[in-house]
Amino acid sequence: MPDSSPTLLYCRCAYAQVVPSGVKNEVLQRLCDAGVNFETVSDLCEMAAHRDPRLAALSQCSSLRIAACYPRAVKGLFQQAGTPLSANAAVLNMRNQTAEDIVGQMLALEPVPPTEESQS
Amino acid sequence: MITHIHRPLRVVLYEGQGAIPLHAEAPAKVMAALLDKGYAVTRAANGAPAMPHDDRNLLLLGSFPEQKAPEIEDAEGQIKIDTRDITGLATEDIVSLVEKTRGDKPMNEPGKWKPWFPVIDYSRCTNCMQCLSFCLFDVYGVSEDNKIQVQNNDNCKTNCPACSRVCPEVAIMFPKYQAGPINGDEINEAEAGREKIKVDISSLLGGDIYSALKDRSAAAKSRFGKERSPDKALDERKKCLTKLVGDGFIPADVLASLPSPDEILRKAEVAKARAATALANIAAS
Repeated sequence: MPDSSPTLLYCRCAYAQVVPSGVKNEVLQRLCDAGVNFETVSDLCEMAAHRDPRLAALSQCSSLRIAACYPRAVKGLFQQAGTPLSANAAVLNMRNQTAEDIVGQMLALEPVPPTEESQS
Repeated sequence: MITHIHRPLRVVLYEGQGAIPLHAEAPAKVMAALLDKGYAVTRAANGAPAMPHDDRNLLLLGSFPEQKAPEIEDAEGQIKIDTRDITGLATEDIVSLVEKTRGDKPMNEPGKWKPWFPVIDYSRCTNCMQCLSFCLFDVYGVSEDNKIQVQNNDNCKTNCPACSRVCPEVAIMFPKYQAGPINGDEINEAEAGREKIKVDISSLLGGDIYSALKDRSAAAKSRFGKERSPDKALDERKKCLTKLVGDGFIPADVLASLPSPDEILRKAEVAKARAATALANIAAS
């Protein structure tokens, strides 16, 4: 993956079962199948609750695409942890988008609309 | 605020140069199993990992020629890098191997705690301070620049989204809640209505804030969605209090946190004063 590629982040939502398991498993499988590098975390909420310093490292990525849950919530989690997402970060929602749609946007060559516009 | 962070390892599932690609479904299965245990996992298939190294020790897993994992050292000598060959291992064996490598170092793990706390959507919040006065458990506070903020995550009572239901701007989210808009889902402005419920915690003293709010909410009922209801909010707060009192097994410190009527009065006064001070400071600036 060239250096200009976006950083891809997958949240497992492992601390509560609110993301459909079928969707999150399929997103993970499709990302692996795509042969790309990506980061995964057990639960962004848990990290935000503990002000995990890794959130800062993630939020500072110049181009970040996150497969997690509602963009409004994810954006709020980063902000509340003191590390707001950059304006061009995109959040894809595993609670109401299909795995195919999410991975398509994660891997898209063209820029993905930032958080506010990527809700569906 | 809980600040303990136990993350002893960064696991890297490596399939890049010098490694043999794993079976098609293996990477996702291994990653899912490790994530469900609480580990963070980097998938490195092509080139450098997406994120730079941090201060965690690294455990690199891969299938290597002759089943021999290469020895790798951190060029800066700051972290320990372990490598393991996982050729032919089943997912559960790989998880065991990771657990063994971690040893007895503590780690935050799913299942022991639910990250339940309010998240403020500052694009909607008007800093009215209603949440500050509504919550009995001091979850909210005021920042140095007089803005409402969540200051005590761990005081929040799991599965109680009551403050979100009464926020007049629908600005409080609980990401682990099932239904919208409390979970952060888009807001239907028409359904949310613009009813500005003002809850005065001190009414608890005089009696029946629950009845008072019920009366007040009746008129506005049609304008609220079923998830944003002052009735529900108050019921939940009641349940929360009842559970604390009724459960004979609750720890003493939790029981002690239950406000008495006198304490509620004091909290009401303190919250009112803090909110008034913050708002006055903003008006003066």
